[in-house]
Amino acid sequence: MTDTTGAIKRRESKSSAVLKAFKRLWRYPTTLIGFTLVFLFLVIALFGPTIAPYTYTQQNLVNKLQPPSEEHIFGTDQFGRDVYSRVLVGSRDVLSVAGAGTAVAVFLGLLLGLISAYRGGLFDELIMRFMDVILSIPPLLLAMVILFSLGPSRLNVILVVGFLYIPMVARVVRSVVLDLKTRQFVEAARLRGESSFYILYREIFPNVLPHLAVEASMRFSYSIFLVASLGFLGLGVQPPSPDWGLMVGEARTWFHQARWVLFFPAGAIALLVVAVGFMSDGLRRMLLPGGVSDA
Amino acid sequence: MPDPAADFKIKENQDICRPVLDARDITVTYRTEKGPLHTVRNVNLQIGSGEIYGLVGESGSGKSTLARALVRYLPANGILSSGSVHLGDTDLLALTKAEMRKVWGARVTMVHQDPNAAINPAIPIGEQIAEVARIHLHMNKNDAKDKAMEMLNKVRMPDPESVARRYAHQLSGGMLQRVLIAIAMTTNPELLIMDEPTTALDVTTEAVILDLIGELMFEYNTAILYITHNLGVVARVCNRVGVLYAGEIMEEGCISRVFKNKLHPYTRGLLGCVPRVDANKKDISLKAIPGYIPRPDQLPHGCIFAPRCELVEPACEEKRPSLIEIESGHLTACRRHEELKKIGDVVADTRESHEEEAEYGELVLDARNIKKYFPVSAGLSSIFGGKGSEVKAVDDMSVRMRRSFTMGIVGESGCGKTTFARCIMGLEQATSGEIELEGELLPYSVAKRSWETLRKMQMVFQNPDASLNPQHPAGESVGRPLILLRDMSRKQVQERVKELFQAVNLPEDFINRLPHELSGGEKQRVAIARAFAADPILMVCDEPISSLDVSVQASLMNLLVDLQESQGTSYLFISHDLAAVRHLSDWIAVVYLGRLWEIGSAEDVFVPPCHPYTEALLSAIPIPDPDIRQDSIRLKGSVPSAMNIPSGCRFHTRCPRKIGPICENEEPPWQDAENYHQICCHIPLAELRSLQGEGLIKKPQSAGGDSK
Amino acid sequence: MTSYLIRRIGFILITLVLASIIIFSVTQFLPGDVAGIILGQFATETAIANLREELGLNQPLHIQYLSWAGGFIQGDWGNSLTSRMPIRPIVMERLGNSAMLAGMALLIYVPLGIILGVIAALKRDKLPDQLISGVSMAFVGLPEFVSGLLLITFLAIGLEWFPANSSISPDSTFREAFPYLVLPAITVSLTGLGYIARMTRSGTIDVLRTDYVRAADLKGLPAWQVLIKHVLRNSLLPTVTVVAMGIGWLLGGLIVTEAVYGYPGLGRLIVFSIQRQDLPMIQACSMIVVAVYSISNLIADILYGLLNPRIRVGE
Repeated sequence: MTDTTGAIKRRESKSSAVLKAFKRLWRYPTTLIGFTLVFLFLVIALFGPTIAPYTYTQQNLVNKLQPPSEEHIFGTDQFGRDVYSRVLVGSRDVLSVAGAGTAVAVFLGLLLGLISAYRGGLFDELIMRFMDVILSIPPLLLAMVILFSLGPSRLNVILVVGFLYIPMVARVVRSVVLDLKTRQFVEAARLRGESSFYILYREIFPNVLPHLAVEASMRFSYSIFLVASLGFLGLGVQPPSPDWGLMVGEARTWFHQARWVLFFPAGAIALLVVAVGFMSDGLRRMLLPGGVSDA
Repeated sequence: MPDPAADFKIKENQDICRPVLDARDITVTYRTEKGPLHTVRNVNLQIGSGEIYGLVGESGSGKSTLARALVRYLPANGILSSGSVHLGDTDLLALTKAEMRKVWGARVTMVHQDPNAAINPAIPIGEQIAEVARIHLHMNKNDAKDKAMEMLNKVRMPDPESVARRYAHQLSGGMLQRVLIAIAMTTNPELLIMDEPTTALDVTTEAVILDLIGELMFEYNTAILYITHNLGVVARVCNRVGVLYAGEIMEEGCISRVFKNKLHPYTRGLLGCVPRVDANKKDISLKAIPGYIPRPDQLPHGCIFAPRCELVEPACEEKRPSLIEIESGHLTACRRHEELKKIGDVVADTRESHEEEAEYGELVLDARNIKKYFPVSAGLSSIFGGKGSEVKAVDDMSVRMRRSFTMGIVGESGCGKTTFARCIMGLEQATSGEIELEGELLPYSVAKRSWETLRKMQMVFQNPDASLNPQHPAGESVGRPLILLRDMSRKQVQERVKELFQAVNLPEDFINRLPHELSGGEKQRVAIARAFAADPILMVCDEPISSLDVSVQASLMNLLVDLQESQGTSYLFISHDLAAVRHLSDWIAVVYLGRLWEIGSAEDVFVPPCHPYTEALLSAIPIPDPDIRQDSIRLKGSVPSAMNIPSGCRFHTRCPRKIGPICENEEPPWQDAENYHQICCHIPLAELRSLQGEGLIKKPQSAGGDSK
Repeated sequence: MTSYLIRRIGFILITLVLASIIIFSVTQFLPGDVAGIILGQFATETAIANLREELGLNQPLHIQYLSWAGGFIQGDWGNSLTSRMPIRPIVMERLGNSAMLAGMALLIYVPLGIILGVIAALKRDKLPDQLISGVSMAFVGLPEFVSGLLLITFLAIGLEWFPANSSISPDSTFREAFPYLVLPAITVSLTGLGYIARMTRSGTIDVLRTDYVRAADLKGLPAWQVLIKHVLRNSLLPTVTVVAMGIGWLLGGLIVTEAVYGYPGLGRLIVFSIQRQDLPMIQACSMIVVAVYSISNLIADILYGLLNPRIRVGE
């Protein structure tokens, strides 16, 4: 629409706004920590297998349950596998399963929330009632029951996590859209005969985006929580995968002899959820400066 | 009932021996990311007992900041960086925080702008008054309860006993404002600060509250600091006035002196912006003040008003003039006040009257018997409880409009005027009725209307912040209708957007700005450009200027008039501001509870005979001229719910001229006055005319070259 | 208020019915069928067919659902597939144990969360807020098995203050069980604590910004009175709902926590029956959890209605 110089100018003003938002962020140490750690975890997930001194399946029954040493800085587990390597490689499992689950939830939740709120009426009412019903079953329980039936494969874990968090994303999106829908710029668009698709995509969606980003980061943190818990209970990703929750669950048997086998993956989970939580808080401060309310 | 206005006008001249509030050299500084901002600078303020001091200013002038500084209730990043504040003999700045709390609510009280927000929703009304009595008057529980009842009676609260037990959500805005006043007066304070106490209220309710303030001040001897942006309100209730601009006082003096003999161009400018109740767009064009209030970190070097002043000369820009006393008690910060006197009192430009247009252009809009009923509950939730009742928002309204013609629709909030407009536009689907545009019958829903119809009808909305998509540059908002409704090529669109920006007096580089980079008035200009882009023949303006400052309002009204003249567009102009409607409209329709009660040319509606509801609306308009006297016709209570519409004439529950059972039982007939002026009332027109006297607004011999 | 109540109860009933349908149908996806599970992989075709007939598995799904749901309402929850014992007494006993643990956790985290949230709101963006917000964010995201194992490491094994294992005997009294309850209760509290603290903080900040709180300040009321009477009365109102919503997390947390400490509660029963593929037990336990959650939401709704004058006295 606008001429090119305008587009450039606009981009400049936008990027400087982002810069300003970032500057504001540094006042909050937690946000800085959050963003840095999440970045580090992503790097590890990408290059983990390359950095890892051993492969995650490499067994050495002679060296089982060794305490941390120069050779094995996090020690070894009950099969003599290198805990450090497993933790490094495992980051990929956690981030990809939780990430993909979040992506499913965010995508479908966005779609449902957008359409439900925009269409309104009985359709909206039915969808939202159904969402309420899903929300009335504690997520971990529902996940366990579904995985019990479907069988605990990686794909199933992703689908379950995605399915369970659709209602929450849809609710947030819906409430934002309901608010935007009555805004007059949307009415102005209706008055000039824009199609529903244009209105949803060009008028409403860009204004939902900041809320969606914050919501997605929250969901990501909850997904890690859920995936790790499922792994711990043995209902998530199956052995010999180096899923952190699974590692902790398996290591409980050796708890009294070899605490490190349990301690390092547990610590990694703790660090990751805290980092994602801080990042999510930071995103909220940055993108939704007006409100303080949680979703 | 004594005329309260007359009584406190007498006090105006009495000497103020010892001011209750003596604030000197107040400077308020905010610490911000960009460094300190001095939002209020070197302000002196003295208010005597029994005096109502009006502090007027546009948004951003620092008036609320000043008030909060006076009571030491600034936000955490604000400090009173210099000056002294004395309340009686007490130096407020020397008090500790705990001591200050003993002053708050006892010696200084405050009434806030939005009564809905200022009363705790979880505590019964009576308790919110009684707690003040217990803390400051050291009363026991029962005495405090009695005191609360006494105060509710004092503020003329109907049925105080039941009100005391109720919660905020059960009371109307006007009643809540009375409660706030009752709370504030419980301790008989020395100083009462009212921060825009009537801004959130309807004009009829505002008039009642202003009367109440006047009466209470007659009884108590409290000094009042009355903060407002509305010069008409100041003229009605205040003794003295101070005009605040960008954190400094520009002019100060008695009401009569300041309004008659303006010694500062800003005061003159503000008054010139207010539309008059005795003239309209054909007679005068409003004199808008160009430019905007400077931000406190971008103040001009010399006089802070110089960049917007029509009398500016180089000397003005060199040194900032100080506030000097010209006559006793009348101060100004203008170097050139002598010249101002010479120019006289022309506050508006006379327009050359054009040759009388043809009486009737072709018919553009013919909306007949429009009804819009909203079901109260819908969807699955209606299965469990929830009755199937209806809100009759619009109940049989008809309007006809011709080319290049403005129809003004006035009425209190909740009367259905906006719903009516939305039905016309198709944003709400009418329940029944016929909408004809240039003879073509339109479908109810905008989604079913043809492109041609969409092109012909456009709308400007009330809230400028919501009417533009915050993510789209202004130019895109304006250009979109061109692509869609005018089938223009990219290049044509670019050209046309530029022209449209020029037409609404916006610089070309605003095309690429995002809405948050624009001021409220600029956003509304973009919205007007967007509406005009499609070249409509009918434009619905739903309170397009209500949320803006007076100077911005004036320039937007002028813009609308100019565009109408050049484009021949017809406006359906909806507003609760009668003066604005009078200025812009050819015809005016008066709406109450979803129905029309009076319709006629703007001149006729403002002159008797008129419907008793119109009469009450007219007598409630705050007019910024202390010499104009209005009858005080006041309405009781608030607008009844549109779910339970009163029988007979639906205005009878509040009508000051109700004549008897006929009003309660029978629907009133339409009566014809001259010039197609119609009134729907049981009272014969001749009788209405004699009841209403020669005119509602009596004009004294005006000074200076008024134009008509 | 009455219509509000009827509406709430109606929604809860519908929710329970729909949730039971979900649970019932989800458990139908199981590869193979119940008869196969019971008889093991070496069972003959005819044996399976006979058992199917006996269990009513040949009937259409909706008939199966209705007979299951009908039996459930009448108190006939069937027999466990593993122990062959009636399900109801087992579930009830475990439910009692879990309630004990959950009750203790609620007593810890609700008041503490509210206090921390209010402090954070009052000291917004200052050090106490940054600390409380940071720690509560961490708590919200920390899975119970991580926090539980850390607590065991430090408080049970390191300092030896509490026992590391909480497998109490079924007939122990509350006094006997208490020391075993402390660590699991703290573990399951952390998530709730963080959640309540965060929600209380944001609710209180919203209220602190309102005009009526400013008005109360300028009435000259003492600061504590403004806080308790004008701020908290409004800001804690949503906390009622928040606590009820948090019970969903609490129930999930119990499953993991009980597994960590070996505590004989409902959560452990669920994990156990899933491992043993004890279908009727899984269904019964899930329904009980959903019912508990729904009832606590209903109680919260009623409380909210009673505390909120807008609903109590209507428009």
